[in-house]
Amino acid sequence: MRAIDRKLLRDAWRLKSQLIAIALVMACGIGAFLMAVSASRSLEATQAAYYERAAFAHVFAQCKRAPLSLADRVREIPGVAAVEPRVVVSVNLDIPGMFEPAAGLIVSIPDRDDPILNRLHLRRGRLPEPGRPGEVVVSEAFAEAHAMQPGFTFGAVINGRLERLAAVGFALSPEFIYSLRPGSFVPDDKRYGVMWMRRDQLAPSFDLDGAFNNLAVAISPNSNEAAIIDAIDHLTGPYGGESAHGRDEQVSHRYVSDELSQLRNMVRVTPPMFLAVAAMLVSIVVSRLVRTQREQIAVLRAFGYTAGDVGRHFLALVAMVGVLGAVLGIVLGAAMGNLLTSLYVRFFRFPELQYHMEAWVGLVGIGATTGAATIGAAWSVLRAMRMSPADAMRPEAPAVYRVSIVERLGLDRALWPSAKMVLRHLQRHKTRTAISMLGVAATVAILTLGSFVGDAIDELIELEFHTAQRQDVLVTFNEPRATRALHALRAAPGVITAEPYRVVPARIWHGPRLRREPLQGLPSDGTLRRVVDDRFSHVHVPPDALVISAGLAELLDARRGDELVIETLEGQRPTLRLRVHRVVETYVGTGAYVDMATLNRAMGEGPTLSGAALTVDAAASARLYQELKQTPGVATVTIKRAALESFEETLAENLLTMRLFNLAFACVIAVGVVYNTARILYAERAHELATLRVLGFYRSEIAGIFLGELAVITLVALPVGVAAGYLLCGAATWAMQTETHRIPYVVAGRTLAFAGTVVLLAATTTALFVRQDLDRLNLVEVLKARI
Amino acid sequence: MPPAARTRTPAPSAAFSARALTKVYGMGEVEVRALDGVDLDLFAGEFVVLLGPSGSGKSTLLNILGGLDVPTSGTVRYLDHDLTRMDDRALTRYRREHVGFVFQFYNLVPSLTARENVALVTDISPDPMPAHEALALVGLAERMDHFPAQLSGGEQQRVAIARAVAKRPDVLLCDEPTGALDVKTGIIVLEAISAANAQLGTTAVVITHNAAIAAMADRVIHLSGGRVAGIETNPTRASARDLTW
Ligand SMILES: Nc1ncnc2c1ncn2[C@@H]1O[C@H](COP(=O)(O)OP(=O)(O)OP(=O)(O)O)[C@@H](O)[C@H]1O
Ligand SMILES: [Mg+2]
Repeated sequence: MRAIDRKLLRDAWRLKSQLIAIALVMACGIGAFLMAVSASRSLEATQAAYYERAAFAHVFAQCKRAPLSLADRVREIPGVAAVEPRVVVSVNLDIPGMFEPAAGLIVSIPDRDDPILNRLHLRRGRLPEPGRPGEVVVSEAFAEAHAMQPGFTFGAVINGRLERLAAVGFALSPEFIYSLRPGSFVPDDKRYGVMWMRRDQLAPSFDLDGAFNNLAVAISPNSNEAAIIDAIDHLTGPYGGESAHGRDEQVSHRYVSDELSQLRNMVRVTPPMFLAVAAMLVSIVVSRLVRTQREQIAVLRAFGYTAGDVGRHFLALVAMVGVLGAVLGIVLGAAMGNLLTSLYVRFFRFPELQYHMEAWVGLVGIGATTGAATIGAAWSVLRAMRMSPADAMRPEAPAVYRVSIVERLGLDRALWPSAKMVLRHLQRHKTRTAISMLGVAATVAILTLGSFVGDAIDELIELEFHTAQRQDVLVTFNEPRATRALHALRAAPGVITAEPYRVVPARIWHGPRLRREPLQGLPSDGTLRRVVDDRFSHVHVPPDALVISAGLAELLDARRGDELVIETLEGQRPTLRLRVHRVVETYVGTGAYVDMATLNRAMGEGPTLSGAALTVDAAASARLYQELKQTPGVATVTIKRAALESFEETLAENLLTMRLFNLAFACVIAVGVVYNTARILYAERAHELATLRVLGFYRSEIAGIFLGELAVITLVALPVGVAAGYLLCGAATWAMQTETHRIPYVVAGRTLAFAGTVVLLAATTTALFVRQDLDRLNLVEVLKARI
Repeated sequence: MPPAARTRTPAPSAAFSARALTKVYGMGEVEVRALDGVDLDLFAGEFVVLLGPSGSGKSTLLNILGGLDVPTSGTVRYLDHDLTRMDDRALTRYRREHVGFVFQFYNLVPSLTARENVALVTDISPDPMPAHEALALVGLAERMDHFPAQLSGGEQQRVAIARAVAKRPDVLLCDEPTGALDVKTGIIVLEAISAANAQLGTTAVVITHNAAIAAMADRVIHLSGGRVAGIETNPTRASARDLTW
């Protein structure tokens, strides 16, 4: 080995802890990158393969009741490859051992064959025997939530009659990789399940013999999806057809895609941030190295090493950090990718979800870390290369110290001499001080960002579950009912109050812009379900006017005072013209609200309701649920407490995982920054501090000077980091908002306090660790060395 | 020291010839003329001592001869190379192939052992001697695997000389090699330089403040205020051992 390479290794060994600290910061960035890229690619590949294998449809359409012959006409639309006419119905379920009602979605499969589209992947058991009544295949998620075995029987209210169903098999479907009960944000496998039944067993109960109410359509590659959707709408329109849509509006597909795009966003934010911090750390370490080695560089140059040799020498050191960072990052990324995939397996029901990390991703990682390290080192390495051998040979001029700003402002009288030393030293090394402060501030910001999601969700829960929806139970009917149904509910056991509401599916137009959005009629004197804006204030819906959410307003490009044309899709399908009375800022979803009496009048009906919100005496709830399960015409029963629980349960676990990762990542940065700063401070000041010791200063006194610098850096960085974190959260809410969803921009005080405390602790621990070296300072050796 | 070396007369061919050499440092308003029109010939194989008061331009001249620095004006030729016309790359090559340096403060690489410090240079030289041989030449064969921090000042300087001579340089340039050393150690160091000069035929230029050392030289060049103030030729050279200071 050449002597110069040996020098490289020894330098690296001497700086090992610093270099490892930097490599760890890089590893976090690259780990996050690899995790996100490999997990998203695995997910994408799995999704594509499964869609292909299971013949997942491209277009979906619903209607009230259309003759099967219509399906043939749909098949004739140019570009349509396959059509699967189906019966899809919602039912209430009575699951043994569960006193609340559960909701189910039954999808028909052909009488004898397998479906041609959205094929089932049977995990256990078998498909229903043709011609045998009461047999269903149940979605695996629902089956697992209830520990069902093949043969498990349960009750279902099918078109008003309670019938017994037997689960003969458990299956997966590309249509329900992620199954979400309509109107909720998180899956609730206990209370919502999908099942499949032979068409001839299902259709008669719903008067859909020889007819269908749902279409799944596959289109050929390169055909015009929008044109096909229009053609389908045109055909199904007379049969109560509501807008057909592509995969983009299909719930399961949408959620998987959202997850994919979140992973892709993550690739854009987290890794660059960590690599930037790592590059800064490399820059301070290499700049210090070049400065202390200027005479060694001069000797190398004097003896004929070229500037290129010198540059390569330092770059090799930097490359070592980069490669180490990348290797650690690859290990970390693979581990996190596996973990993430195992989380996905619980939410996304794929036949198999396998995690792969492709080789090129690792290579990109190595390229990114060495690149970041090189950029960080570039300036110092260039300086080393440009050093003229003659200049470098002269001892460096004594550092120019100036009276610090604090002193110039005349605030120095209160300062001890040692405090002056601290301030002057910090000011002399402005760039490095600034970089260290930035690093510490970045940590605070990252921690704030990581915890802020929890705050935002708390805010959403408070708004959605406690302010907007104040009912205990929400009941929806199969079909609109007259007021009698409301009286019946009021008379049901345990019901304290019952408030009606009316929902009418509609297409809302503003000029050429169209959005399908149900019109929600709320009673003018209602207190349970209310329109609430993002400031928690109640918004009144006046008669003959429309209140719409900001998300909808944006989609329609509508403002307050604009007139919207509302094409209702129920009954006689009257068209309404209403002015926008107000646009409400909301977080989740879109909405269009009218006064219920106005809606009833416009629909040409007497007082009619689609469902009701109830407040319930908890003591009697069991009896109420029992009764509701068996009440004909009750389509769904949503218990707020249960929904809230499942929401919190699902999210709490995910949030905890996320926060732990975030915490670990942030600590790595905090330690990396503080440790490197401390090491360099120590190296720079060991001589001076040893001199002070020789002059009779106590250890504690010089430790004060040493730790004082770190304390100043950390304490100045904290408020900067808190401010940056707050802004970063704002940027995140902005970046994560979609057309219909926003994240509340609320950062709780405790989140900021948490971030500050963690960083303070990490900094203190690291500083005390380096301080031990100060206690072991060998005075003779330090003074002998020429600095 | 072989007696022949002491009586050898300088070869007639000039290894270095400097003409009207000027080096001006512009430090803001003040202009420092470190060299101010130096004309000088140094002959191959001779042992030259540069004497002069502090600030007279000795280090500046040595650095220019060694290709570490370039003059503001004037020319320096080494054999048939014009050093003043060389770019950094060419100067580096010149140093690599022809020059060995010894500095006042040793300038060893602290993370490398004595042997490795020598290897640092032999690794890139066309015709080096083995590192241990060079160390044996300065009497440090036993301490080869010690780090600079484990060596005394004089020992470190001898490693520096071993490092300089190991490449069998044509020119050995020493800037106050004994400045930080006591008499006894100084003598050992000078003996090492003189041995290289004698055994390898290396042209040696040694800067010193110590007029006594001048007795070892073939010629003594006096610098003052950036000019050559005088040149003496010693009829006989003293051996390092006989010096007193
Ligand atoms: N980089 C520089 N910038 C400005 N002036 C310089 C620089 N280097 C040297 N000088 C000046 O040039 C003059 C000659 O310097 P040089 O180092 O050659 O002197 P010297 O004879 O080696 O002195 P000493 O015996 O003290 O080492 C001095 O006045 C010095 O201050
Ligand atoms: Mg000098």
